[in-house]
Amino acid sequence: MMNNENFEPVIIGFTCNWCSYRAADLAGTARVKYPPNVRLIRLMCSGRMDPTFVLQAFAGGADGVLITGCHPGECHYLEQNLKALRRTMLLKRTVAQFGIEPERVRLVWASAAEGVHLAHMITDMVEEIRALGPLNWPQVAALNGNSHVPVLKKAATVSEEKVEVAA
Amino acid sequence: MMPQERIGVYICHCGSNIAGTVDVEELSSWAGEALRHRGVVVARDYKFMCSSLGQDLIAKDIKEDKLTRVVVAACSPHLHEATFRKACADAGLNPYLCELVSIREQVSWVHTDKVAATAKAKAVISGGVERVIHHEPLEPMSVPINPATLVVGGGIAGIQAAMEIADSGFHVYLVEREPSIGGHMAQFDKTFPTLDCAACILTPKMVSIGSHPHVTLLTYSEVEQVDGYVGNFSVRVRKKASYVNHDVCTGCSICEEKCPKKVVDSVFEAGLGYRKAIYRPFPQAVPKYPVIDAENCIYFDTGKCKACEIHCEAGAIDFEQEDQIIELNVGNIILATGYDLFDARRETQYGYGRLANVFTSLEFERLTNAAGPTNGEIVLRDGETKPKAVGIIHCVGSRDRKFNNYCSVICCMQSLKFAHLVKERTGAEVYNFYIDMRTAYKEYDEFYQRVLSEGVHFIRGRVAEVTDVSNTPEEEERLVIQTEDTRMGKQRRIPVDMVILSAALEPRHDSDEIAHMFGISCSVNGWFIEKHPKLDPVATMTEGIFIAGCAQGPKDIPSTVTQGAAAAARVLGRIQQKELALEPIRAEVTEALCSGCRICNNLCPYHAITFDEAKEVSVINAALCQGCGTCVAACPSNAISGTQFSNEQVMAQLEGLLMLNMAEPVLA
Amino acid sequence: MSENGKPKFGMYWASSCGGCEISVLNIGEHILTVDEIFDVVFWPVAADFKYKDVRGYPDGYIDLCLFNGAIRNSENEEMAHLLRQKSKVLVAFGSCAYEGCIPALANFTSKEAILQTVFLDSPSVDNPDRVLPQPVTAVPEGEIRIPEMYETVKSLDQVVDVDYIIPGCPPEPHQIWAVLQVVVAALTEGAELPPKGSIVGAQETAVCEECIYPKSEKKIFRFYRPYEKVPEPGVCLLEQGIVCMGPATRGGCGALCPQVGMGCRGCYGPLGEVKDQGARMLSAMASVIGVGEPEMDERMLEREFETVMDTLADPAGTFYRFSMSHSLLRRAKVNGNGHAEPEPAEAGTTNVEMAN
Repeated sequence: MMNNENFEPVIIGFTCNWCSYRAADLAGTARVKYPPNVRLIRLMCSGRMDPTFVLQAFAGGADGVLITGCHPGECHYLEQNLKALRRTMLLKRTVAQFGIEPERVRLVWASAAEGVHLAHMITDMVEEIRALGPLNWPQVAALNGNSHVPVLKKAATVSEEKVEVAA
Repeated sequence: MMPQERIGVYICHCGSNIAGTVDVEELSSWAGEALRHRGVVVARDYKFMCSSLGQDLIAKDIKEDKLTRVVVAACSPHLHEATFRKACADAGLNPYLCELVSIREQVSWVHTDKVAATAKAKAVISGGVERVIHHEPLEPMSVPINPATLVVGGGIAGIQAAMEIADSGFHVYLVEREPSIGGHMAQFDKTFPTLDCAACILTPKMVSIGSHPHVTLLTYSEVEQVDGYVGNFSVRVRKKASYVNHDVCTGCSICEEKCPKKVVDSVFEAGLGYRKAIYRPFPQAVPKYPVIDAENCIYFDTGKCKACEIHCEAGAIDFEQEDQIIELNVGNIILATGYDLFDARRETQYGYGRLANVFTSLEFERLTNAAGPTNGEIVLRDGETKPKAVGIIHCVGSRDRKFNNYCSVICCMQSLKFAHLVKERTGAEVYNFYIDMRTAYKEYDEFYQRVLSEGVHFIRGRVAEVTDVSNTPEEEERLVIQTEDTRMGKQRRIPVDMVILSAALEPRHDSDEIAHMFGISCSVNGWFIEKHPKLDPVATMTEGIFIAGCAQGPKDIPSTVTQGAAAAARVLGRIQQKELALEPIRAEVTEALCSGCRICNNLCPYHAITFDEAKEVSVINAALCQGCGTCVAACPSNAISGTQFSNEQVMAQLEGLLMLNMAEPVLA
Repeated sequence: MSENGKPKFGMYWASSCGGCEISVLNIGEHILTVDEIFDVVFWPVAADFKYKDVRGYPDGYIDLCLFNGAIRNSENEEMAHLLRQKSKVLVAFGSCAYEGCIPALANFTSKEAILQTVFLDSPSVDNPDRVLPQPVTAVPEGEIRIPEMYETVKSLDQVVDVDYIIPGCPPEPHQIWAVLQVVVAALTEGAELPPKGSIVGAQETAVCEECIYPKSEKKIFRFYRPYEKVPEPGVCLLEQGIVCMGPATRGGCGALCPQVGMGCRGCYGPLGEVKDQGARMLSAMASVIGVGEPEMDERMLEREFETVMDTLADPAGTFYRFSMSHSLLRRAKVNGNGHAEPEPAEAGTTNVEMAN
């Protein structure tokens, strides 16, 4: 069992230029404090969010990914956040099949006025990921890890005939 | 092997805003050392990068160190991206080769642990450096501006905006849904704080608009479709059939007089009075031509009557008239569609709609209006009895978690105005029930003091209910307002004869559809969203679409007029420039990679993506594209690329944030 | 060693099904031309050369070596290194060598779980002594070694430098012949070869370009598994809800599968600069789900979307059927039972421990 107390998760957060990035700015202006574990990437719209980015984040060592955007109905580009919602939902199902807990991908809507809310969601997610433990995907997917077949049971029995050892 | 870029990294102290929490000197020496292998040739830190001295540092390095990329680590790009881009451009570096990353709003202002904050700042800078390597030099796109303007909504906001533009010599199309312009202001009697007669100050403007050579007035009309983009909108307007020929109608009103069908006027008279099936909303209507309400017209219903046609000497009645579709080309659009009043029946404990003598604010305006259904007499619903006591309830549907959380701005002043008018005309006892007294603007508080001195009673507390159930003999046959009086610390029951509810201002009930049609958004409360609530309240996020008046949020007449004028000024500025430079953030299909799968085709809300049947590839119209990037993310063959937010740039920033670019990858 | 100066040809199968070899033979009579021009110096399916023969060749001896099959075990990797050393041009031939293909689907589970299933748990196995293969077995005569099975299946380019890639499962014969012609022209007429690292024998656009069905705007209301629907003739399969990887898959095969009503499986791999084929398909599919209005509240929207996504069985397996080794995640994280889930709780315990 991992010792989670010393584990500082690294979370990558995608924000949209019009709502959630401004919410993050507002949290800053209002000096609302939240843990330093989230590193933000600004996109123009949550609809720009490509599942490839999320997978690359995990493959690169992130422990969680936060996707944020405008509330449904308030997207600056009208309804592109719905595409982000659908992609995130399908992505969570897919990464679950890879053994990545779907909670490691979280979608949060935050309007430009919701700085405090965003800060709370970030704090919440940091704790959730801390409890889940590090993902350490570079180790999982390492190409040079070649473990032996586990010596579980008895060795094979062999006949007395001579066996040619292959060259 | 790509030639390496020469990157300059500049870290701002922002006084102690950043330097107080983040070790800026350590950052700058780290950037110079650890990121050297990524192309960083100079790294500096300075007290205020946005100052002219700070910008000079960048300019000098661009020239002397031949920098090809610049990363500034400072405040939010929403504040100073343009500043640093301009500094680079002035020094000869394409402005889009400069990236501003935030280590203030996103780091120093929100974290307390200095070590962790500095570590995060390193990751942020690293992300910026990796990203900027993949930036391309870009040029803004210019679009020509059509000098004609569309103003939607003929209330005071729309009228003001239209007048300013038209007076400057440019053409305006003013589209109004009702048969006459004037909006809600035309319904009012007196306006606060001056107690000007609303009609007296409004009608000259209406007349001016109606006869203005540069205004095409399209009343009884609605916008049906909007296509295009700033400088070049195509708008389809439906002018509803009025069945009156404007070319020959003289405005004599015989038709109205002779029409046998009376209809309750639920719009202008707020349901208190009648109009005819053929009608003008009010005598000073502009334009002066009446319209036939086909749903209530005897002829359209049964084929009989035609009294209007019979009596019209000019022969202006034309029952065969059809709706007209008008196509307009304009460069800019101002939305001034106003507000709807909160339906007070929803606040059931106040009894509106159930108890006869509970009135809404708009109903009361019609009562006090000299041209209204009671000729300005303040009487009960029976049309005769004068009230001896009147209760005025503030905040009905406003500041209320059940309905609207916001304050409607004008109700306190409006309620004071009502109190004053009741006192003046009836001598009745007046009670105002309020939560707070909001009388903030010029001459407003003085008005409050005046009403205070007139003997109006003010009770601070939320009204619990308005009832006709009496507990005492004084209450019999009267309405009783039960309220908490927070100053006395008691519950009180005040018998009155008339109750006026200052109902909330709400967005128009179809504001969502309107926003969608014009390509803007509504807030959670339904008001049109402005570009910036403080610094840019009349622009929207969509270039070329402006908003003014209550459509943007509840406000009084002076603010509405100001916004109408402000929107007009913005449009005039655009028209003067003759062309507009658009941010070069957009998507493009690489034809050679497109297989014609058409998955992108219906993803664009701006209809920027079309399919070329001949070539069997999808095509993006660069001028329509707003740069959201949804199609870039959806294309299954990566055949669509996006400028300034390309896959390479975002992935690079991601790798930088995870510090994968370090000689020894560092996490957290 | 051949003395006649003809260019040397090698073909090897690592962890594969043999289909690539058959596909080469399917070039028909052209195989005679191949035999005429080349000297076959190593081709286990067709000729009796031994590994020691290959070890004896000088470096760069084999002019053209087609390597198919994924890297599942140490023998595959050894041969990859050996053939790289002994070949001038090493081609990752077919989806297994290119990106892992079907063998790489094993990356969804663990080596231990595979051995357990194959040697112990399968209903048709009779193994009372619970014998499992061992990499080293001591016998009186000495030690018998068998190749070591790796935990993760790799693509060829994840172990050696690859000169060209011919994608497909298998590569279509007409494409194989086209590539061979290019190689022959280079060898005999000095024509230029494409830049190193190129994908050859395929198109730069997706399968949709070759597909016979007309394309319209896409709006999917539910997905269908192949057995759930008889496709309407003449209509794009994806538009009917049948999952077709065509839009995210490199073309060049002639869009053979959709033509017979079978959704493209994605065997030619991703296009251009795409880093992860599965992610592209995921994004495209999610983007064109047609249910849900923007005015709906979020819970309602999610429910609508979930209903549609419930009809898409096994998204990971579907989107990554061929490209697992080249995907960004590359393999799944699994528990002791070989499942991508937290360990099942032991009887009597209340806490479920998270998988490491």
